[in-house]
Amino acid sequence: MTDHAVLTDTPQRGADDTDRAERVAARAEAVAAVAREFADAVDSESRFPREAIDEARAQGLLAAPIPEADGGLGYSITELCRMLERVGRECTSTAMILAMHHSQVLCLTRHADTDFLRDYTRRVAAEGLLLASATTEAQIGGDTRNSTCAVRPIEDGRVALHKSCPVISYGAYADAILVTARRSEDAASSDQVLLVVEAENLQLDRQRGWDALGMRGTCSESFELDATTPADAMFTVLFETISAQTMLPAAHCLWASAWLGMATQAGLTARSVVQKAARKTPGTTPPSAMRLAELEVQLQSMTDVVRASVARYEAAWDDPAVSESMQFAIAMNTLKVSGAEAVRRIVGDAMVIVGITAFANRSPVSLARLYRDSIGPSVMVNNDRILLHTATLQLVSRGQR
Amino acid sequence: MDSTAIETTVRSVLGQHGKLSEDAGTIAADADLYRAGMTSHASVNVMLGLEDEFDIEFPEERLTKATFTSIHSITEAVEAINND
Repeated sequence: MTDHAVLTDTPQRGADDTDRAERVAARAEAVAAVAREFADAVDSESRFPREAIDEARAQGLLAAPIPEADGGLGYSITELCRMLERVGRECTSTAMILAMHHSQVLCLTRHADTDFLRDYTRRVAAEGLLLASATTEAQIGGDTRNSTCAVRPIEDGRVALHKSCPVISYGAYADAILVTARRSEDAASSDQVLLVVEAENLQLDRQRGWDALGMRGTCSESFELDATTPADAMFTVLFETISAQTMLPAAHCLWASAWLGMATQAGLTARSVVQKAARKTPGTTPPSAMRLAELEVQLQSMTDVVRASVARYEAAWDDPAVSESMQFAIAMNTLKVSGAEAVRRIVGDAMVIVGITAFANRSPVSLARLYRDSIGPSVMVNNDRILLHTATLQLVSRGQR
Repeated sequence: MDSTAIETTVRSVLGQHGKLSEDAGTIAADADLYRAGMTSHASVNVMLGLEDEFDIEFPEERLTKATFTSIHSITEAVEAINND
């Protein structure tokens, strides 16, 4: 990850790497600690996890992937994903908000191609701004690669936009929203641009609140969005390119890492309960240990799929030919589907291993909140639609991996 | 099959499956088909149509957006596969 480390493998460099790894881990721990403290309140009140997001800002983590020269921490996608694994163990909502935020920040760091966007990226770092996204649209549903709304030029070098958004997670709490729209009113539905709209230029008319089974702190409300923004707050590069190279693979890697954190936490809880039982009967393996072994098969598999996918994206990071290839799109699609199903199964199975104390809402080993949260990944971007897209690609794919 | 004949067939397949907002028969050979409204879903149907029409299979390394960006790039790819 350090590009000066080409010539020698000196002990000094090893120490730097260790320092960096320790700093990266310490920042994640700091956010995880605050996320853990407020997770129950965030869930029961279905409210934005402001304490944990404030801590992430204080740790510089809202700007984590922005290069150090621009005021960020220069995190790689691997470092970002490991951070989300850690936070995902404590508060799903916090982890998901950080995952969605970083999907947007990465669009800026990798594709900002106007003076406005480059300046704005530095502002995100300097001011610790929180970014949300409005890619889905009423009538279009979750198919983010089509829009009906269109950008309309107005006076003073600005553009205007109206969009009916079935969901903008934490939209009411974001400093800016990255919105997709058709390039112009006569553009095809797939001829999309991405634009940054700052909160002050934004009117959000709430259509539906957020009182959901799980992920209750993401505040994924529905809005009518009215905005104006400078014309150069619009990326010059097509949204299609941003989507293929960054928004989609980043979102799937970051989400899946947060889900892996959830599954890991459920596994740790089950393990501690089984071990406690084993201590009462040395010499006799408790029956629940068999279930724990089965759970380990799933956990190992999920861990390997998620981390290998993140490594795959890291390897394709600077290679558009790979990140825009069909096999890469298929790999990121299957990551989302397998991650979503794995976390739901693993948390559910851990619940059964731990038993009634996990089922209870108030218990030191309760998995109730995590269980409700674990359904979210399977419904938040419908697995069937992703599978259908993958099925279409399979009609021509040659099956290389 | 020469490149003019290939291009004519490519245009006909695009007309059937490309879902373009412009006429596939007259759109410029170097025009960006995605910008002209071809979705990734439609591009797969175009690939299937081409594979059937020319009795070819696009190898994995050609299954990229770049291959299907324009009539020109598709025609080139079909020619290259025919010559392999």
